[in-house]
Amino acid sequence: MPQLTWKVGGAQGEGIDSTGEIFATTLNRLGFYVFSYRHFMSLIKGGHTNYKVRVTPSQSGYHGDELDLLIAFDQSTIDENWKELSEGGVLIYDSSRISSPDFPGDKNFLLCPVPITEMAKEAGSSIMRNMVASGVTAAMVGLPRHAFDPLIVERFGKKGEKVVASNKVAIQAGYDFALKRFGQRKELPQPQPEEDGGGHLFLSGNEAVALGALAAGCRFLAAYPITPATEIMYTALNHFPQYGGKVVQAEDEIAACIMAIGANYAGTRAMTSTSGPGFTLMQESIGLSGVTETPMVIVNVMRSGPGTGLPTKTEQSDLNEMLYGTHGEIPRIVLTPTTVTECFRYAAEAFNLAETYQCPVILATDLFLGMSKQSVPFEEIDGVQVRIERASRIGDADLAAMGNGEYRRYRVTESGISPRSIPGQKNGRFVAMSNEHDEGATEEIEDSRNRVEQMSKRMRKLDGWDVDAFGYVYDGPEESTEITLVGFGSTRAQIGEAAARLRERGVKTGHLQLRAVKPFPETSVCRLLSGASRIVVVENNSTGQLAEVIRARVGFHDRITHCLKFDGDPFTVQEILNHCNRSQEVINGWRR
Amino acid sequence: MATMKDFRTENKPTWCPGCGDFAVLAALQKAVASLGLEPEEVVCVSGIGCSGKIAQHFGGYGFHSLHGRSLPTATGVKLGNQDLTVIAAGGDGDGYGIGMGHLVHAVRRNIDLTYIVMDNQIYGLTTGQTSPTSKKGFRSKTSPEGAAEEPVKAVETALVNGASFVAQAFSGDVKQMTVLFEEAVRHRGFSLINCFSPCVTFNKVNTYDWFRENVIRLKDREEYDSGDRDAALSVMRKTHGLVTGILCREERPAYHEVMTGAHSVAASKMDLNIPREDMREIFHSFR
Ligand SMILES: Cc1ncc(C[n+]2csc(CCOP(=O)(O)OP(=O)(O)O)c2C)c(N)n1
Ligand code: SF4
Repeated sequence: MPQLTWKVGGAQGEGIDSTGEIFATTLNRLGFYVFSYRHFMSLIKGGHTNYKVRVTPSQSGYHGDELDLLIAFDQSTIDENWKELSEGGVLIYDSSRISSPDFPGDKNFLLCPVPITEMAKEAGSSIMRNMVASGVTAAMVGLPRHAFDPLIVERFGKKGEKVVASNKVAIQAGYDFALKRFGQRKELPQPQPEEDGGGHLFLSGNEAVALGALAAGCRFLAAYPITPATEIMYTALNHFPQYGGKVVQAEDEIAACIMAIGANYAGTRAMTSTSGPGFTLMQESIGLSGVTETPMVIVNVMRSGPGTGLPTKTEQSDLNEMLYGTHGEIPRIVLTPTTVTECFRYAAEAFNLAETYQCPVILATDLFLGMSKQSVPFEEIDGVQVRIERASRIGDADLAAMGNGEYRRYRVTESGISPRSIPGQKNGRFVAMSNEHDEGATEEIEDSRNRVEQMSKRMRKLDGWDVDAFGYVYDGPEESTEITLVGFGSTRAQIGEAAARLRERGVKTGHLQLRAVKPFPETSVCRLLSGASRIVVVENNSTGQLAEVIRARVGFHDRITHCLKFDGDPFTVQEILNHCNRSQEVINGWRR
Repeated sequence: MATMKDFRTENKPTWCPGCGDFAVLAALQKAVASLGLEPEEVVCVSGIGCSGKIAQHFGGYGFHSLHGRSLPTATGVKLGNQDLTVIAAGGDGDGYGIGMGHLVHAVRRNIDLTYIVMDNQIYGLTTGQTSPTSKKGFRSKTSPEGAAEEPVKAVETALVNGASFVAQAFSGDVKQMTVLFEEAVRHRGFSLINCFSPCVTFNKVNTYDWFRENVIRLKDREEYDSGDRDAALSVMRKTHGLVTGILCREERPAYHEVMTGAHSVAASKMDLNIPREDMREIFHSFR
């Protein structure tokens, strides 16, 4: 597949992000399919950071295994990334800082020294290294000399013409230097612009979650800043207020979660967003939502734990906590969107599910899906039908017909769902009670028969939800496979590419990606896995949490092997393939 | 128009006979009725403790939440529907122990709700342990040798952080308490009313008689000016906190009027459908 992978690296605070963003945003606007991935550390200045961009002929949710071009602002960028650079790859380095790049000699790279810092200084300031690097990039991948100009005007226009001009000078210096010295070295794939000739949407999972929530009528977000979830708050701040949506920076995640529960109780669609440490602080409130039957949407953008863990790195290790966290037993839904568009769609759907089933809905993504900005066709998101479903609310007329004292908030029904009133409604009075309560919801009650009735009512609510229809996406032969790869959430793109490569080799391969893990779509999972000779469960954690769930709920103990990764980085396709190659051996080992 | 009767529930409170919380409930019911509020317009959000049961016995809507979390719950309710009158209530352990962190933030926001703390200087529901407001040296099951800690100065903390309405009341004087509640509910912004509400079962030190002997009423001081925050702090210091009445009152905008997303229409009454064209414009801003 004709594709281009590019990376810029240096010390944090040197403009690495802006170099990457200028390149990625510009390509996206020109109609290319772009995926960008930031590697960063939990500090503000210093430390290695890099920004990778992959350009593909069609949409992709992954930044690629290899690297065609690497721009190194310092030697540690070379140390950290030379392995990724492919044979024949281009290594552009700042010759003002690195006299001769150091890497094991067996690799065949094209070395391109560019006095990046000097040229930036000449243009006005060493800050403009990023602009020089952008110019060099443009020349070497065959972009026009002025490709970045519109973005420069947009970003720096407010700072005055002089700033815009000197940035343009820096870009052109880089461009002219590289074109003369090295010429164009790599090809971009064909751009595929939108119908209007413009670029695709360029957004991250976090941004898509906030927009999905807005579209679904969410008008309240309370959250506490935490990487990698904070962009949800930023996006909400940008777009909620226009529609009367409120955003509160809470004093902690305990307050954030409970405020959102309070707002939901009052009849407003409300949510909170966080990552691991904050999610842990919300455990008690998740139970509160469950027992009081107050709708609630919680977004957990997972990162490496435990404790502060690797706060700027990705992981899928909160699965157990999302499935089982909080004391006692409650009904809950855990959705695991697998693409940016699904982040939008499921964020929207989460509010309907929460209101219909009157329980907490956890929307689980991770740093990789949450923070990676990527091209998405406009039609794909615009085509999502967002509906606002509030049928489990009781109307004023129904309450009026009932008369005072007749309405019972927690009425035991066959479906387990009891019509919900909200404060302000006449005749709808009830007390949302964290204690066990009776049907009337006016008093706590410890009677054992009532306890069993209320518990059973709550726990059967989700029986009516067809998770088997909704909770997965499958690609491959349905009857039998030699190998079936299973993942959840953000790993879809890499697993998908790995499966495609196995098929190219003639291996009958299935790919099952879960989009909901609670309730668990066990009928579908059982059906799709029963014909698989080998099952490889791919997950970003160290204990195989999803594999455990599959074993417990479906079985296939003698066929499941783990493909695990917990070093903070997302999977590469090669890592998954390496595991697949070994998996038969692993299984043979058990049978010996 | 609703009367006090409409704020009564069928179920009898399970508090011990003589518990100070009866007076708090009665004063609250009287206050909201005399303000002309209807039961469906008032939400009582409570924490966990004997005091937390007030939400069940108050005749409006209620939310009996988690231990220490009445304030964030109530904050959410108010921001979810700003047209509601919201009362948060709980004990001293609930509000000044496990939930203390939320108090200063509710104060800073000036969220428009009335926060009633039933301060009995002990943990009642868990059968008599030392609380954050127990005096130093107080003996209980968890401080058999006498509490080693100084009591928390929650009211002073609220004052120092700029609470726009601060008062203290005593369950031995329901009439005064009712008036204070009325004033507090009428106040736009955050109001804290710390109520001395004796636990007759477990606290044998801070009894009704003890409070009667030791508490003074601000009303009896002609010269007191509730617009003067320094005076409030000074009277709290001079009386060791044993004073009732409105300590401080100040007019300033409530949180829902100035926060990000402030709107004249309550969030719960907003039309949720966003025109297709608007949504498309938002999408296009991500290019
Ligand atoms: C998280 C949590 N920790 C502990 C408890 C147990 N608990 C219930 S009420 C209470 C203390 C009650 O004291 P206070 O708040 O002063 O109220 P009172 O009963 O005196 O009115 C405690 C510790 C709980 N319910 N939740
Ligand atoms: S134990 Fe104390 S606080 Fe609790 S109900 Fe009895 S008297 Fe009131």
